[in-house]
Amino acid sequence: MACLQTKQLSHGTEWWNLSGVEMFRKRPPPEEERKVRANGREYNEKFQYASNCIVTSKYNVITFLPVNLFEQFQEVANTYFLFLLILQLIPQISSLSWFTTIVPLVLVLSITAVKDATDDYFRHKSDNQVNNRQSQVLISGSLQKEKWMNVRVGDIIKLENNQFVAADLLLLSSSEPHGLCYIETAELDGETNMKVRQSLSVTSELGDPHNLAQFDGEVVCEPPNNKLDRFCGTLYWKESKYPLSNQNMLLRGCVLRNTEYCYGLVIFAGPDTKLMQNSGRTKFKRTSIDRLMNTLVLWIFGFLVCMGVILAVGNAVWEREVGTLFQSFLPWDPPVNGFLLSAFLSFWSYVIILNTVVPISLYVSVEVIRLGHSYFINWDRRMFCSRSNTPAEARTTTLNEELGQVEYIFSDKTGTLTQNIMTFNKCSINGRAYGDVDPVGAQGKRPQPLDFSVWNPLADGGLCFYDASLLEAVKTGEPAAHEFLRLLSLCHTVMSEEKREGALVYKAQCVCVCVCVCVCVVCVCVFSLSLSVGALVYKAQSPDEGALVTAARNFGFVFRSRTPGTITVHEMGRPVTYTLLAILDFNNIRKRMSVIVRNPEGRIRLYCKGADTVLFERLHPCNHELMNITSDHLNEYASDGLRTLALAYRDLTEEEWEEWSERYRGAGKATDCREDRLAAVYEQIEQDMMLLGATAIEDKLQEGVPETIAILSLANIKIWVLTGDKQETAVNIGYSCKMLTDNMTEIFIINGHTVQSVREELRRARERMVAHSREGGKGDEAAGWAQACSLGNGVRGGDQAGWPLPQEKEKQESGGRVPSLLESISGEFALVISGHSLAHALEGDMEYEFVETACACRAVICCRVTPLQKALVVELIKRHKKAVTLAIGDGANDVSMIKTAHIGVGISGQEGIQAVLASDYSFSQFRFLQRLLLVHGRWSYLRMCRFLCYFFYKNFAFTMVHFWFGFFCGFSAQTVYDQYFITLYNIVYTSLPVLAMGIFDQDVPEQRSLEYPKLYEPGQLNLLFNKREFFICIAQGIYTSVVLFFVPYGTLAHATQSTGEPLADYQTFAVTTATALVIVVSVQIALDTGYWTAINHFFVWGSLGSYFTILFIMHSSFLFSIFPKQFHFLGSAQNTLEQPVVWLTIALATVICIAPVLTFRFLKLDLKPQLSDTVRYTQLVHQKKRKPGISGGMGISGVGLGAGALGRLGRSASRRSGYAFAHQEGFGELITSGKNMRLSSLALATFASRHSSSWIDTLRKKKHANSANASINSANASVNSANASVNSANASVNSVSAIANGQPQTPPAPALSNSSSLSGSQDTPPEEVGLSHAQQAVAQQAVARDGVHSGTASHSNGCTLVTRPEAETGGCSLGAVQEALFGWRGVGARVSGASSPGPPPILEESSPTE
Amino acid sequence: MKKGGETLNRPDNTAFTQQRLPAWQPMLSAGIVIPGFVVIGLAFIGVGVALFVTSQNIQTLERDYTGVDQSSEHNCFQCLDVKNCICALNFTLSKQFEGPVFFYYGLSNFFQNHRKYGVSRDDHQLFGDTSYFTSPDDTCSPYKYDSRNKPIVPCGSVANSMFNDTFSLYQLVGGQKKQVPFDGKGIAWWTDYNLKYKNPSKVNGSLANAFIGTVQPLNWPRPVYELDTSDPSNNGFLNQDFLVWMRRAALPDFRKLYRRITEGDYADGLPSGNYSLEINYNYPVRDFGGRKKVFFSNVSWMGGKNQFLGIAYLVIGSLCIVMSLVMLIAYAKYRFDDEDS
Repeated sequence: MACLQTKQLSHGTEWWNLSGVEMFRKRPPPEEERKVRANGREYNEKFQYASNCIVTSKYNVITFLPVNLFEQFQEVANTYFLFLLILQLIPQISSLSWFTTIVPLVLVLSITAVKDATDDYFRHKSDNQVNNRQSQVLISGSLQKEKWMNVRVGDIIKLENNQFVAADLLLLSSSEPHGLCYIETAELDGETNMKVRQSLSVTSELGDPHNLAQFDGEVVCEPPNNKLDRFCGTLYWKESKYPLSNQNMLLRGCVLRNTEYCYGLVIFAGPDTKLMQNSGRTKFKRTSIDRLMNTLVLWIFGFLVCMGVILAVGNAVWEREVGTLFQSFLPWDPPVNGFLLSAFLSFWSYVIILNTVVPISLYVSVEVIRLGHSYFINWDRRMFCSRSNTPAEARTTTLNEELGQVEYIFSDKTGTLTQNIMTFNKCSINGRAYGDVDPVGAQGKRPQPLDFSVWNPLADGGLCFYDASLLEAVKTGEPAAHEFLRLLSLCHTVMSEEKREGALVYKAQCVCVCVCVCVCVVCVCVFSLSLSVGALVYKAQSPDEGALVTAARNFGFVFRSRTPGTITVHEMGRPVTYTLLAILDFNNIRKRMSVIVRNPEGRIRLYCKGADTVLFERLHPCNHELMNITSDHLNEYASDGLRTLALAYRDLTEEEWEEWSERYRGAGKATDCREDRLAAVYEQIEQDMMLLGATAIEDKLQEGVPETIAILSLANIKIWVLTGDKQETAVNIGYSCKMLTDNMTEIFIINGHTVQSVREELRRARERMVAHSREGGKGDEAAGWAQACSLGNGVRGGDQAGWPLPQEKEKQESGGRVPSLLESISGEFALVISGHSLAHALEGDMEYEFVETACACRAVICCRVTPLQKALVVELIKRHKKAVTLAIGDGANDVSMIKTAHIGVGISGQEGIQAVLASDYSFSQFRFLQRLLLVHGRWSYLRMCRFLCYFFYKNFAFTMVHFWFGFFCGFSAQTVYDQYFITLYNIVYTSLPVLAMGIFDQDVPEQRSLEYPKLYEPGQLNLLFNKREFFICIAQGIYTSVVLFFVPYGTLAHATQSTGEPLADYQTFAVTTATALVIVVSVQIALDTGYWTAINHFFVWGSLGSYFTILFIMHSSFLFSIFPKQFHFLGSAQNTLEQPVVWLTIALATVICIAPVLTFRFLKLDLKPQLSDTVRYTQLVHQKKRKPGISGGMGISGVGLGAGALGRLGRSASRRSGYAFAHQEGFGELITSGKNMRLSSLALATFASRHSSSWIDTLRKKKHANSANASINSANASVNSANASVNSANASVNSVSAIANGQPQTPPAPALSNSSSLSGSQDTPPEEVGLSHAQQAVAQQAVARDGVHSGTASHSNGCTLVTRPEAETGGCSLGAVQEALFGWRGVGARVSGASSPGPPPILEESSPTE
Repeated sequence: MKKGGETLNRPDNTAFTQQRLPAWQPMLSAGIVIPGFVVIGLAFIGVGVALFVTSQNIQTLERDYTGVDQSSEHNCFQCLDVKNCICALNFTLSKQFEGPVFFYYGLSNFFQNHRKYGVSRDDHQLFGDTSYFTSPDDTCSPYKYDSRNKPIVPCGSVANSMFNDTFSLYQLVGGQKKQVPFDGKGIAWWTDYNLKYKNPSKVNGSLANAFIGTVQPLNWPRPVYELDTSDPSNNGFLNQDFLVWMRRAALPDFRKLYRRITEGDYADGLPSGNYSLEINYNYPVRDFGGRKKVFFSNVSWMGGKNQFLGIAYLVIGSLCIVMSLVMLIAYAKYRFDDEDS
């Protein structure tokens, strides 16, 4: 199946948006313009366009070895070792056998090669899968199945509903009228709402395959590029030119929705498609530890060269002073005729010997450890989402330890923080609030959601509404409630679709219309439809609207169908058809939408829903009282983080309507300023409305989001939300996930449209912050803390919590702020910045101001940002803050930021895998992030740091002995050890214990890392492994080497065996030193290991055992008799190790090496304990005391406190109206124009509303708009009342055949019902319960502490929690955070002091059971 | 959600995958560290005292006979430029030198541990592999072939530079020289003698025939099969002196066992009195500033005299105790501090 690598891939596009555009300009594209002729394969082949085959794999069977080796030797380390290998082949300088280098090198290369091969295998597999997808290609007039990879540019392919688009297509025609078709672009840009594409009218008329086969238009267009929203080309056909735009294009990666089929002409295929152009090759990410490691390795090289030079100089001196004279016994080699040459050679010899300071196994060990950590992430059941059946996945295995260093998280909103599910949660009808049931329930029992299906067969079943009183009100026929729901079912732009499972599927390909047969079919059809309408599906523009209409549906007001002029609703089981007179569409400025309908009785009524602020201004004065009540309700809803809408209606008289509609038509026809005029006209009629009530929609957060955010921010991680959504939505979510709280000192909103205004706003924000921290931090903060403590502060005055609009900010005259001061700002601030302001803020000189301002804030929300801007923001922080960034998102619009950030996390959500594919880690719930960072990341970082420290230490201890020996062996590059020891030291004797530590070590248990988020800080501050730590390790290593050389030197120099034979022979010395070394480093790893699993034991003891075993084998006579030259250490092990002096020497060396380390560590632990030490200590003390009730007590008390503290941190004055946030303008028009209506649905609707007589009128009225439609779809074009029935029958027949024509339609899984059913099953996996309790406790505490934070001065009153003895022993999680601040000193002493009076008993008490 | 599908991707709930392996989590608590240090300190002091006392009880006698500087004890300065010179070293034992006495020769500033020196040998030859007699290993160069291009056996610098001074010890009893018998058996490692070195199998019953076609090392006066004229079995590669020499020293200042004094009247040691050591002074060391020494020493369970080890043990042991005190103080101090607060 292998398809040739295409030229486009080879000029690897490492772009993503960031530089993609510029790069594209710089590099002249291979083609200037693209010419494609439909159905002209021969013609198109001239241009050699890429085929639709994609290749993401790197190797094939033949190229693997050379290419992979080539790549591996591009690694500096590998090349270095190759160089060493070559050096070793030169006999004059070869101080070691060649195998001492080649064995590790081959091992390293093969491990990496195996890993690469596995990776590539999976890429091959996924390529194969994609390339072998089936598509239908129109070849010589008939549709043929073809694999995707065989699709060529210029082919016409047929797509069916819910199919992925195979290549970038020019839409030619579709099953829908006017060549419309709907696509979902989630894979491409992450937007889940449907988009409309329309074909050119000339091509949409082509219709069937037969005509399309004759189509030979030629498209001339731009060359392949990565701009998703732009396409520019021209279609030449039949001597005419037709301009093409993005509106005519279906891009690869989209999914066809709601359209039975469509035909498209392949313009770009395979690697040329915009999707592939956008994916490019992944930029290789390196962790900061990696970079540090590379620096250190370079330093070590430098060090190595220095050592070499020193020893070479020594050699020169020695050869001159001693060597020349010693020539009688050791003549110089023939080529060596002077000490200088000898010194030069000795330099290289020493480079070979000392090369082990740069351990070859370092990189491969690091890889192995990371791989292990990745597997732990993959295996973590607590990051497994049973609902979506997806485990977490570490897609990159090279970034794990960086997870422990994250300082900034950039999060997408939709699908990441939220589930992108809107649910109708509460409402206020005529001053009465419904739905206000505590979801947790008073008795801790979750109340059962209402079951609507019992009385309402059309109920959707997805709605979770707990308050039965609304249902009662509806059943008893309360008029306000009815009117309320009626409004919801009428005032929207939702489309309905009725699907019957197992509907009649007739593959009637030939269009032979026999009227009577068709009438029969239609009758059957209608009959069956009226019987079972189970699959009524709403296609909503915005999820909010969908939620509202679904709510109405469940309460008995079922929106069934619409035509351009009618809306059919089943009101309490009774079909009612309203004449739709006008849709006053939504837009951002109006923040409301209205419909004007005439009910069957002929009454005209305007229904309006919109933002309360907008709507309340337009109410009739008599609503004043109701308005106040509703307003209270709205406040309440808003404080719960719900998105609110106010609903109102207005009765219109016939005259009013006539008069207004006249003006409306006038405005509609206007050519200039149509928008403004329309808005003015709308404004006129939307007056004096009667308030009906308000709705509250919950933008469902993902599970555990507020808790996660609280914990993460306690871990000092700053979370920025970057969303394409609107400001209101974003802020709303900010509140509901507790990123923003009303306890915050101030929230700045940057909304300027010019550079100047943005600069001004940023400046003002900083002024305010500085001013605040100058005056603040005293009185009012303490008050704030007190208030936060007093719980239930939903009633608190809104003065402080207010949401200061920019213009409200008073100017602060106190200037003189220094940006660097911002770091030390007290108080909590938040920044909300919109996309257009961000564009200015990201400009050259503004950058710094923006970063300074934003970083001083606790929360930053960027709304309306483009994918590119997301990446730019991440880039900005990366550049200015030198901090580790993590981007998390679920959509393709997050790909840029995911790729830019140090770590990209993809939420493997419901739709779209682009983000996941681009990500380094993926899982399905935002809340897993805390585990990923605080548990896995923290551990990874810790382990990696410990590993590196030890690794450098052991290699220096090992290697530097040669250096000291150099001074005693005439700088002759004589090794101290046996060459086999040198070969095996790094790969056998010392590799596994440190690997085990690097993989399994834990300092504190995982629960503790979540309970004490502060434990995360060492990683952010880079405390565990930095240059200082490195030097300490190196120093320790060198110290050890000194001890290891000079102690044997001192003892053995003149020692003799008890048999009188001297001990100071070279081989004895080598064995003694080597044994001492192995023992010392084993003891050291034993000290470093904090978590001794069976594996650690096995490896540590096993390594020691293997050392002695191998030693004896290597020194055996058997091997010597085969290779006398190689194994000339015969008998040394035996002779040496039976000497007591040797063992005394080893013991001495070990104690001298280890005792200072032990002392140092103990004193450090004692005098300057780290938080992790404290936690570990308390943990151990708890374990030792063996109090069984601890964990239970902890959980309970934690929850108890948390429940209280969480309360309802309400916001009072900040009401966030959330009308149709994801809504787009213009759908109203689409509906009323009827363009989007299939005749079928028109017809069905008319059948369904037989009783209404207005449909013919409607048809007539819309005739002018529909004429084209009618002429295509029905043979009988004349429209008159006489044959109207026939006409409609015809139409419906058409529709039936249209259905039958296509494949059996799988009902499109509607996002709404799907997801709501998901949310219905809210079962937490059992093992998560315990944890989530603890988390809640912390989170809630965090929330409680939010208040404290602002007043750090008054912090000490946190002790009240700690000083209670039971709080220490039992309420570990309670005092956790506070304890963390006090450190071990306090805790340790208290714990020990509590049970023992004096020092000696303490010793006993804390010593392990002996 | 189907049960089957759910369990499909769910990771295994094992202690390993969930990182819940049972583990011992040691902590450097005061209860372990401070007593540990005390114990180690005491143990070290104990061992140190034992070592020190033992070492003190070992008698040694060391004389430099290089002859570079004048000495009343010997006349070896005469031999510096003379071939086949014999000089004598006189010394007096004031008290009995407990037996068994070991007699060593020592060289200083001699770099047997030089890399080039160390590799300049052919283990195949020494293993008795005659195929390497004709073409010795390259590492032996330049002592691989002699000027007439005949292979040298044993080749290489190590063999070539073999120490060739010989000693004989006489007790001066009433003006008479009474020879102290030397025992030269078993002074090399057992493994060397029995496993590592092998003579080539005799040809026609003669070891010398096995070496036909080879020449002796350039510095040697006699071929390897005639190293010990007194004892035919102590010849070839299995000559004890040769074996001792071939075991390279680790440091440039080394001593090698020459003979044991275990026989006859001297089995219990050297009685007090005057002694004369006759030295067959052959080995040149003045060129490179080396020194030649002789040692007499007896041994204990722990070998020869080893002051360093005993002192080091005592010092380290005391330091451990001191450190434990420091830690105890630090620990107590922090504890008291905490009580105050």
